[in-house]
Amino acid sequence: MDKLYIFLKYFFIVVWTVFVVAPFLWALTTSFKDFQSVNGGVTYIPWVDFEPNLEGWKVLIKSPAKGGVDIIEPYFNSMFVTCTASLISIILGTLSAYALSRYTFKAGFVKNNDITFFFISQRIMPPIVLSIPFFLFLSSINLLDSLTGLIVVYIVLLMPIAVWIMVDFFNKVPREIDETALIDGCNPYQAFLKVVLPNSIPGLIVAGMFCIIFGWIDFFFAFILTFTEVQLLPVKIVALNSSVTPWWSLSASALVSVAPLIIVAFIVERYLSKGNLSGAIK
Amino acid sequence: MNFNHKYFFLFPGLFVLIGILIFPIIFVVRLSLSGWNSYNPGLDYIGLENYIRLFTDDPRFWESFFRLSFLSVTTVILQYVIGFALAHMVWKDIKFKRFFRVLFLVPMMTTPVIMTVIWRTFFHESLGPVNDILSVFGVAPKWLTDPVIAKFTVIIVEVWQWTPFMFLLLLAGLLSLPKEPFLAAAIDGASPVRKFIYVTFPLMAPISIGAIIIRLIEASKIMDTVYVLTSGGPGTSTETSSFYIFIKGLREFQMGYAASMSFTYLIIMIISLTIIAKVLTKVLLKE
Repeated sequence: MDKLYIFLKYFFIVVWTVFVVAPFLWALTTSFKDFQSVNGGVTYIPWVDFEPNLEGWKVLIKSPAKGGVDIIEPYFNSMFVTCTASLISIILGTLSAYALSRYTFKAGFVKNNDITFFFISQRIMPPIVLSIPFFLFLSSINLLDSLTGLIVVYIVLLMPIAVWIMVDFFNKVPREIDETALIDGCNPYQAFLKVVLPNSIPGLIVAGMFCIIFGWIDFFFAFILTFTEVQLLPVKIVALNSSVTPWWSLSASALVSVAPLIIVAFIVERYLSKGNLSGAIK
Repeated sequence: MNFNHKYFFLFPGLFVLIGILIFPIIFVVRLSLSGWNSYNPGLDYIGLENYIRLFTDDPRFWESFFRLSFLSVTTVILQYVIGFALAHMVWKDIKFKRFFRVLFLVPMMTTPVIMTVIWRTFFHESLGPVNDILSVFGVAPKWLTDPVIAKFTVIIVEVWQWTPFMFLLLLAGLLSLPKEPFLAAAIDGASPVRKFIYVTFPLMAPISIGAIIIRLIEASKIMDTVYVLTSGGPGTSTETSSFYIFIKGLREFQMGYAASMSFTYLIIMIISLTIIAKVLTKVLLKE
């Protein structure tokens, strides 16, 4: 019985591992192929099935005029938008979360939990509902097709995540440390900056990681609200998909664009193992 | 604690969020009462005409809605079962525990549309590896062009992409469970299966509800994967609500009608998610 269980467990883990890794391996091998080894039937193993070459990767750093795909600018656009929106969301979200965790608010029937729910419930909003008014709104103030416009929209996507994680995190930070700081003569802002924040670094990192993930992987708003002036990475790569771009450079650009966030997986796992994520999801 | 300072902490975030959102939401409602389209852009007032059209004369919207329900419920159930199994497996010590944890998290860090571009080549009917391997058995499913199979392709891609998120939430939950009930079960000599049914699962119930609701919310927005993978096709067989609204609003520029659809859609989402949350809480917590 026990042996069967262990066998099934490892069998399942191996099957899932293959499933997770398969598209990456496929993309990696495809990125080294040439015309013949893509279109002349399916090939798998480099040097055995086909002769690998670096054409797919070289194209990425060539300028479009020379037949390359320019993904460097979209890359930096994506990074800039994601980081700026995440930073603003974390700052505003952390302040609000701190208030919701430490103080009591009451305005009519609206209490702390209702305000927290209001923040988090913004995730329920389907992006399509917001996209039409945002499209018309941003075009009326000339922010359509600009980085600023996208950052404004991304704050709506990311702040709920920051508030969600930070409220739970602050709830776990003992109130005594703020009170001690206040007794020692700090005003509430100093207590927050000098005592509470340094004790909340794991929470801030987790919240930051989630903001970066959900900012970096967004496609929809970038797709609807930008056209030619500003292009983000996912939009650029999907555009490659519909044009005549060969599979090898498509695979190479896809791998380049998903690579940076793999590091995030390591960071998230670290904080998960330390138990810092557990409070965030209840 | 001090009374006045609390507003300085709360208000910047709250007002930025409300400030960005209040205009779009009011505008959607107003727009849905207008006949704004590409010939006649402007906020005229045509009353409830759009809503009447939506409820009486647009089966495509409702079909896409039921398709969305089918897709999101199926993917979330699969994600929950697989995610729970995976989390349970790497919860206690196994070899290379941390390696597997990182590996199982990786898909959610990748951009869905970009991976979908890869999946498209992966499921390509003549040049993709899946059909190449299946050809050994003499079958060649039309992954992207058969109306029924295309739905399952979307489900496979969604399960690959988002099971890690379920896995993350459930593993974080498992790691936070108290140790005492497990010690008690061990002393009573409970078998692993009984331990799971009577100890682990009940303790995980609140976390499970949270995780399922979070995933249902995210799954109900599914649109970009569909856009890249099948463009809603073949025909309309993988078209979801968001995608249909997108076509009407931002491809055919029937802004007014699209706004009425998106407002209806939002209301349905809020009502159905609230009901699902209530039902799940009742069932899993046995209240």
